[in-house]
Amino acid sequence: MKDEAVTREDRVASLKGMGCSRKRVEDARFTQGKGNYVDDIKLDGMLFGDFVRSPYAHAKITNIDTSAAMEVPGVLAVLTAADLAPLGLHWMPTLAGDKQMVLADGKVLFQGQEVAFVVAEDRYAAADGIEAVEVEYEELPVIVDPFEALQSDVILRPDTVGEDGSPSDGAHGPRKHHNHIFTWECGDKDPTEQVIANAEVVAEESMYYHRTHPCPLETCGCVASMDKVNGKLTLWGTFQAPHAIRTVVSLISGIEEHNIRVISPDIGGGFGNKVGAYPGYVCSVVASIVTGKPVKWIEDRMDNLMTTAFARDYWMKGRISATKDGKITGLHCHVTADHGGFDACADPTKFPAGFMNICTGSYDIPTAFLEVDGVYTNKAPGGVSYRCSFRVTEAVYFIERMIEVLAIELDMDASELRKINFIKKEQFPYKAALGWEYDSGDYHTAWDKAMNAVDYDGLRAEQKQRIEDFKAGKTRKLLGIGLTHFTEIVGAGPVKNCDILGLGMFDSCEIRIHPTGSAIARLGTISQGQGHATTFAQILASEIGLPADSITIEEGDTDTAPYGLGTYGSRSTPVAGAATAMAGRKIRAKAQMIAAYLLEVHDDDVEFDVDRFVVKGAPEKFKTMKEIAFAAYNQAIPGIEPGLEAVSYYDPPNMTYPFGAYVCVMEIDVDTGVTDIRQFYALDDCGTRINPMIIEGQIHGGLTEALAVALGQEIAYDDMGNVKTGTLMDFFLPTAWEVPNYETDHTVTPSPHHPIGAKGVGESPHVGGVPCFSNAVHDAFRAFGLRQTNMPHDHWRIWRTANELGLHD
Amino acid sequence: MTQKNQYKLNVNGQTVEVTAEPRELLIYTLREQLNITGPHIGCETSHCGACTVTIDGKSVKSCTMFVAQAEGKEITTIEGLGSPDALHPLQEAFKEHHGLQCGYCTPGMITRASKLLEEIPNPTEEEIRFGMAGNICRCTGYQNIVKSIKAAAAEINAAKEAAQ
Repeated sequence: MKDEAVTREDRVASLKGMGCSRKRVEDARFTQGKGNYVDDIKLDGMLFGDFVRSPYAHAKITNIDTSAAMEVPGVLAVLTAADLAPLGLHWMPTLAGDKQMVLADGKVLFQGQEVAFVVAEDRYAAADGIEAVEVEYEELPVIVDPFEALQSDVILRPDTVGEDGSPSDGAHGPRKHHNHIFTWECGDKDPTEQVIANAEVVAEESMYYHRTHPCPLETCGCVASMDKVNGKLTLWGTFQAPHAIRTVVSLISGIEEHNIRVISPDIGGGFGNKVGAYPGYVCSVVASIVTGKPVKWIEDRMDNLMTTAFARDYWMKGRISATKDGKITGLHCHVTADHGGFDACADPTKFPAGFMNICTGSYDIPTAFLEVDGVYTNKAPGGVSYRCSFRVTEAVYFIERMIEVLAIELDMDASELRKINFIKKEQFPYKAALGWEYDSGDYHTAWDKAMNAVDYDGLRAEQKQRIEDFKAGKTRKLLGIGLTHFTEIVGAGPVKNCDILGLGMFDSCEIRIHPTGSAIARLGTISQGQGHATTFAQILASEIGLPADSITIEEGDTDTAPYGLGTYGSRSTPVAGAATAMAGRKIRAKAQMIAAYLLEVHDDDVEFDVDRFVVKGAPEKFKTMKEIAFAAYNQAIPGIEPGLEAVSYYDPPNMTYPFGAYVCVMEIDVDTGVTDIRQFYALDDCGTRINPMIIEGQIHGGLTEALAVALGQEIAYDDMGNVKTGTLMDFFLPTAWEVPNYETDHTVTPSPHHPIGAKGVGESPHVGGVPCFSNAVHDAFRAFGLRQTNMPHDHWRIWRTANELGLHD
Repeated sequence: MTQKNQYKLNVNGQTVEVTAEPRELLIYTLREQLNITGPHIGCETSHCGACTVTIDGKSVKSCTMFVAQAEGKEITTIEGLGSPDALHPLQEAFKEHHGLQCGYCTPGMITRASKLLEEIPNPTEEEIRFGMAGNICRCTGYQNIVKSIKAAAAEINAAKEAAQ
């Protein structure tokens, strides 16, 4: 086959491999309304289940009367804890090693808690049934403050104390109090205390990272269908980790894993909300077994915001020490973590506070100590990572605020302070004080590029003038310059230290090449908008030399996909992406032997070139991958079995450490508290870039979620434990009107241990964005004496800050 | 449960008769009875716009309208905007400019944008951002949605000019 007219560049371009902005293959169905989300699934005879939920945050249940509900037309069954108890399903294990009530077992611990499950012919009948269930409650004292919880005599979780009321050991060791869940320590306590005690300068600050919620536009839901004839359970649902769900369902139901098929159809955004296992899943499965019919459960928005996994709720207290000229010497961090009524956070087993120990950030801090106390309160369970890898957002917010506070203490420019303390390029791989080994980075280059791009010195000069004008009464607007340099830790993770409920956090890819040179690849992950079907095909195209357009990517069906731990924590590219490349290389290795046979040379005498194997030194002699695929199936080759398939299970040797430099320029109206983002510059280094278009899209989205969290979004409770932000009327989701245009930029520092050098990007903009927006607000008021004010910085809180600083006088 | 009534609707150019309780919300009639699953449910309080359809020439959030109120009306959903062989310029533009990620808001977003471009054929960025503020997207940060709508407007206007 001769094709001289086609250049090597043409051949590379036609593959649409790594590095090109390939258009998404997912979009055809989504733009035409042909997506297949869980609520689109319809099965013959399907029933609908919905919950009776507790109006109280803490109450004893004295009686549940379902008789009237059973009379409601269309209602077929009402499940309570009493019905689930004989099956041992009234409680379920959480991902954090705690257990959680599936249906209220004698008491409720948060408002909106699941009390009974009504199964009816459709959702209207289910709603009528819910109205008719009569539950008698006896109110108990409500605790929504974790510090109060640690002092209170009220035992929130009687199931976790001994007969004498003393706390039994939890999943992470001894507990200090009956409302205490765990203490997690990391680093060197005494040396850190010594360094801080002897330091020239110490800055101390407390901050609250408020409770919020990932709030994907599609709520959580499932359809359970128990086929009693074949003994097979099929469970469709909004699962970010379908294989893990299968294993958990098997463990708690006793149904053998081969008889369970879990399918994640299209998912309308996840952001961490769809990692955990929820009572709705368990009740739907039980209801399908009881009724013999498929049962669908879909949350409404209020259910979603009030009951399924929240994020954050960290009370952080820090001390940072430095020399007079700004070299940081030590860092101390204590966190009081509010986990709500059950510890249902989704962290690897050995990390009850996730990767909070990345809180030394981008800085060369020689000594550090971190201590986290988890606490029960009368709030919803959760503690998932909202677009961040296991508490990294909290960690980065903490260190980026502490840097700003230290800059104030030192009366130093915050950019200069960062530059003095960045880990230097030549220090990588860098062993951080709290244990992690950062794989690669070049922080100074990224930072300088960012400072030049925004004309940092010019901005500071403008700000200085603005402050003078403000003081002279010429303007009522202040200018804030928010800075952030973040270091992420993603790609969980090495099986030796990362597991969830004992399930190792490797991931997988299985490739099958078809005889005519197209292919299907299946992965253990599941896209929720990240565009896996587009980008994973690009990785393969570059690895195996077949066009991305000829490669189908399939995920989310446990009957067909290889086992993997799913998509969250920016782990798809670092882990499954690596598996994809490695599986591709196995394909290539076999292809090399076939090519050598066909070209009648030794294996070592052919080499891979874009889409073919060529004879070394004789590029006119070659076999394309397409030709090799056909031969693999249809030509008898001595010593080589037919077919061209490969599978790879990839256990990453380390995490990956993406980083970035962000600048937010914000105008603040002192009299109204209204903020206007004049400029947002985001430089991201995610290592090797697979699809720049998708990377930029991820950054726009992550920054917007960061804007939401920093400037207005929260799950707020009153003293009675009532959720004050249970609908989109009160829970802030930015619209196109509130969101600025972002400037994106990049540097490329590949991960040295990842097969293609990629690090992951989905969460970086959120992790870096939140402190950047928040720092801009703080920076605007720095000249007037502000050190710390807690998020969310909505108009009212900013107005209050200005007022407290005397700017309205 | 209350008495069921018959309602006649015109959906995507087809006259259909449905039997429903008067309290049934239009989004459920579309999704459950008519298998029109393009419009989605995101909030049930008129905030997110995932359920946006066009009714008698106006953008309407079908999660807060009773089917009874839609009697006799002309309803267009994403399914009525284009076909696989003849996509609406907005459907092309959203793909071309990466105006979507998870796709859940997309049908409502495109349906609303199609009306916006009838209301304002050549909108400024500010007009697009204001005109689309009833539709929430959690993935894209809107930047590429704005870009997509601008591109589609240019495409539609160029086609109009060519036809004249």
